[in-house]
Formats: sequence, structure tokens, C-alpha cells
Amino acid sequence: MINSLQHLGAYTRNSFSKVGRGTGFLLQTLSYLFSVIARPRLLMAQLYSVGVLSFLIITISGLFVGMVLALQGYYTLSAFGAEASLGVMVAASLVRELGPVVSALLFAGRAGSALTAEIGLMKATEQLSGMEMMAIDPFKRIIAPRFLAGCISMPLLAALFSAIGTLGGYLVGSGLLGLDDGAYWSQMQAKIDFQDDIINGVIKSAVFGFVITWIALFEGYDSIPTSEGVSRSTTRTVVNSAFSILGLDFILTALMFGDH
Amino acid sequence: MDNNSLPSNNLVSIRNLSFSRGEKIIFNDISLDLARGKITAIMGPSGTGKTTLLKLIGGQLCPDQGTISVDNQNVHSLRRADLYALRKRIGMLFQSGALLTDMSVFDNVALPLREHTQLPEALIRTLVLMKLQAVGLRGAKEMMPNELSGGMGRRIALARAIALDPMMIMYDEPFTGQDPISMGVLAHLIKSLNNTLGLTSIIVSHDVHETSLIADYMYLIADGKIIDQGTPTEMHQSSSAWTTQFLTGAADGPVHFHYPAKNYLDDLLSSGKRY
Amino acid sequence: MQPSRNQDTLVGLFVAAGIAGLFFLSLKVSNLSAFSQDESYTITARFENTGGLKVRSAVSAAGVKVGQVSDIYFDSKTYQAVVTMHINQQYNTLPDDTTASIFTSGLLGEQYVNLEPGGSDSYLTDNGKIDITQPAIILEKAIGQFLFKAAEEKGEAKE
Repeated sequence: MINSLQHLGAYTRNSFSKVGRGTGFLLQTLSYLFSVIARPRLLMAQLYSVGVLSFLIITISGLFVGMVLALQGYYTLSAFGAEASLGVMVAASLVRELGPVVSALLFAGRAGSALTAEIGLMKATEQLSGMEMMAIDPFKRIIAPRFLAGCISMPLLAALFSAIGTLGGYLVGSGLLGLDDGAYWSQMQAKIDFQDDIINGVIKSAVFGFVITWIALFEGYDSIPTSEGVSRSTTRTVVNSAFSILGLDFILTALMFGDH
Repeated sequence: MDNNSLPSNNLVSIRNLSFSRGEKIIFNDISLDLARGKITAIMGPSGTGKTTLLKLIGGQLCPDQGTISVDNQNVHSLRRADLYALRKRIGMLFQSGALLTDMSVFDNVALPLREHTQLPEALIRTLVLMKLQAVGLRGAKEMMPNELSGGMGRRIALARAIALDPMMIMYDEPFTGQDPISMGVLAHLIKSLNNTLGLTSIIVSHDVHETSLIADYMYLIADGKIIDQGTPTEMHQSSSAWTTQFLTGAADGPVHFHYPAKNYLDDLLSSGKRY
Repeated sequence: MQPSRNQDTLVGLFVAAGIAGLFFLSLKVSNLSAFSQDESYTITARFENTGGLKVRSAVSAAGVKVGQVSDIYFDSKTYQAVVTMHINQQYNTLPDDTTASIFTSGLLGEQYVNLEPGGSDSYLTDNGKIDITQPAIILEKAIGQFLFKAAEEKGEAKE
């Protein structure tokens, strides 16, 4: 009994101290963002490894999610004679929810885990320490460019996911199911609102990008510098990112679409 | 050799340093001096916090008590900018080399120059080639760190450490895990760089043979205390049983072969817990 | 420097593709292209009942979308709903005796405002009012009325 209370206490203390360290880490990272803009070369390299390397998985997943949505939606909608609304259904699901959320989950798995592993290994092989001893601030040189690259890439990837998904839905709808293309696009345009749907979707993905990159970099920086420690941090990045994405998505959805 | 009589001759002086990590006391009130222009070795068994000492000198860790001054500046009372300015004058060779794995040998050596100077690229190239030539690896400039052998990696890291022409270099276990030739090469490099560039060197090591060949002065640390000190010759003639055991590598002595445990026979006869 | 230049190209392509995706969503998927505020004029109409009409519901004439609802509020003096609509500038020849009705597209579809032009020679202008309106048909009410009527007829037949 006492023992389990002690465990709970230790767990609480560790959690608080981790939140504290994470916040300090974030503030320190944010304070160097301007110096990153002054050195676009470092940012470019990170946009490549964070954004370009996630491009393929995001676009392919987007295409398939859109196609499956169209197929599944068609069977339900046709029961009510509402096949013409297929475009709206596909686009609304993608733009509001699936685009930001699924691409964020994929991003956490592809780029987030890679960031944690990279930073963790840099710590384990004393590269971060070595930079500090060379009077090079690792926050400025390593952390901040990666952070900014993550924050830039995520909304772009989510937009790509939704756009390609909508096209995938169109391919299935007009190619496979023989729907009228005009209805697909015009119903969509009539119902999807720029401000409410597109902008809110972009805001969601920007928030997810911020949180995933923060978690990934912090887990790497805070990892125990052994191969076991780094692998556990990498797992934690994916798990914690997924939880954060889903929780934040609920909160953001309630705030954005709650009054409709 | 009495270092205390010539304080200006000491580049680094450590006074009453105490440091602990959690429950474990790593240093307990130690004081030592590192003479300018000399190679000082700090030796001791594994796990005595020799690397920690280097991190304390470099300002990456803060002591619980005591002061460390480098070139008459108290490392732990410096402002961040001043600490970074001081670090530019200190090179450090990490045990793993700590080369950045995502850039080539050339870019690794060029990194401190590019970060801290506004020199034109052509001049940086010349400087980098000079440093690589000094460690004998100019031919490896296009290679990536993962293509290098351990000894080559350390030599590249050494070239990087001397890129900014520091006043002092700290070597963390430079000989560990090296074949005899690499060891010889590194020992030669440390000695010749120290003499030709007028550096002050600190070597943290437990390789008795190589270290005592090149060190001017040695400290022996164990259990958070300085056990013995002196020139290599003095150390080899030391009367301390501990020093003799460490230098000759005897299996049993003041440091016992057996980790503290309860009576062997009792342990064998007891039923024990199943794990 | 070759790999780094390739990398720049790929990053450029990636950013361009992302921005193109955003443009595609804005222009092709959403209503951004269909409607822009500055090329429209505003008219209002009072309804007894707006049913399920919402802000941004379509306003159409002869089945073609000509604008959208921008505001709906309840006037506590006349106990009517006031519906404000933005009509595209290109449809500026609607007669001032146009009738506005609230219809449903299909049996279960969304409700929209239908404009039926009258025969007047003068046109509706900005901030113009539509006087003749027909409220939304409330399904429950219609069914109730139908049942009542049917019962009445049955009663008459019995007498």
C-alpha cells in the first residue's frame, strides 16, 4: 500500500519535472528561431529530411484514404439516393479531420521518430556535448532548424494529403462508380467553406506539427544516452505524439465546429 | 616540482572541488593544478569520474562546492557569452570522437572555423588542410565519419579540436580501444602538438603505459580523492601500495578482486531467491 | 556542392507542391472561388418561418445559384425572420416584385432560398427588400394538415 503510494508519488514528481524540462526546452528552442531564419542553409537541409522524405508516404496514403472514402461513402449515400453528395462527404472528412489527423500520425511515425533517434544518437555519441565544447550552441545549430522545419512541413503535408485524397475520391467516383463529375465538384464547392473548413484544417495541422516536433526533439534531447534509452525515447515519441494529436484534435474540433 | 609556488604558471587550478551525482559522491574536496605548457595526466580506475572532471573544467557541469579557474577566470561564475568565449580557446577530444555524422571529415574540421570566424572559404580550406595534414589524414578529407576507423576518427576529432588554435586541449580517454599502432600515433601526436603549438594538455586515461610515456605530471584519482601525484618517474617509484597496484595492473591489492559480498560459503548454502 | 543543390530542388518542389495543394483546396474544393464579397449586393426578405435555412445556404433563381444567405435574425417587433442575402453583381436585373420562397432540395436535402422574378420594370438594388415571401414548408405541419383534411373529408362523407 505504502509502496504503491510511493510509486504514484514518484511518478507524479517525474511527470511534473518532465513537463517543466519540456517547457524550458521549448522556450529555449523558440528563442533561437530568428537565428535560423538568418541561416536558411541549415533550414533547407532539415526541410529536406523532415518534409521531402515524408512526401511519399503522405501522398500515397492520402490517395488511398480518398479512394476508400469514396467507395465506402458511395454505398451508404446511394441507399438514400444522395450519391451526388459524395464529393462533399469525401472533401469534408478529409479537410476537417482525416487530412490533419492521419497525416499528423504518419508524420509522427516517419519524421518524429527519425528526429528523436537522430538527436538521441547525437547525445549518445557525445556530438551535442562536443558542440557545446566547441562553443557551438546545439539549440541554435541542431534543435531550432529542425523545429522550424517540422512546423513548416506539417501544414503543407496535410494540405497535400487532403488535396490528393479529394482527387482520389474523384477518380473512384467518376471512374469506377460512374458518377457525374460536375456534381462531385459543384456540391463540394457549395458545402465546403474556405474559412470554416480549409483554414481550420490548416490551423489544426499547424498545431499538430508544432506539438509533434516539440515532443520528438525533446524526447531525443532528454533521452538516456544509451542504445536502449534512445530506442525507448523513439517509441515514446510516436506514442505520446499519437495521444497528443488525438486529444488536441478533439479539443480543436470542439472549439472550431462546436457551435454548428 | 611545487606548483603552488608559481600560481601564474598554472593554466587550470581546481580548489576544494566536490561533486556528486544523486547519492554517489564523485569528487570529495579535491584540489589540483595543471601547469601551462605541460601535459598533465589524470588517471584512475574506470568510473572514478575522470570524464566528469573534464566536463566540470569545460563548464558543462557545475560543482557542488569549490572553484575551477581556467586562465584566471572562474569558469562557473562566467556569463554565458564569456563561457562560450572561453570554450573557443579550449579544445576537447571526446572518447568517441564526437564527429558530426551527417557531414564529411572536411566539413567537421571546418565547422568551428565557419561558426566562429568570418574567414573566406578559400582561407578556411587552407586552414582545414593544414590541420588535417598535422594529423596525417589530409587524404581522408572527403570521407564520412562512419567510414573512418576508430583511430582515424580520433585523429580527425583532434584536427577539429586544434582548428581554432586553442590554448589547451582536454583528451578524454584518447587511447581506449585503439590498436598498438593507433595508440602510438596518438601518443606521438599529443606530444608533438603540445610542443609545437605551445599547448597545455590534460589527458584523462587509464592506459598507464602510453600515458606515462608522454605525461609531464600525473594525478591518480580514486574514490573521489587524489591518491597520489608526481612525475611518471616518481610515480613508478611510489611507495603507495595503491599506486603500485594501479601502475602494474596487479589483480589483487588495496583494490580487491571481489566486489563486496557476503560470505561465499553462506551464499552458496542459502536457498536464495528465484529471479 | 551537387548533392546540396539537388536537395534544394527537392525542397523547392516539396514546398511548391504543398502550396499548390493549399490552393487546390481553397479554389477547387471550397467556396472561395464561387463567392467573393465585393462583387455582390445585399437584399433582405422577411419570412414567417425559415425552417432549416442557415447562413451560407444557397440563393438560386430558376435552379441556378445566384448568391448566398449572409445573415438570419429574428425581428422581435414583427415576429418575423429577417434573411439577408448577398446576390452576385452579375445578376443585378431581378425585378423588385420578385418572390422569395424557402424550398428544400429533394426530400431530405438542404434548404435554400428560391427567387421567382415578377414582371416589374424596376430592379432590386443594394439593400433592397423583397416584399412577397413564402415561408418554408414544415414537413410535420404539412403532414398534420393533410391528415386533418383527410379526417374532415371522411367525416363529411359519413354525414
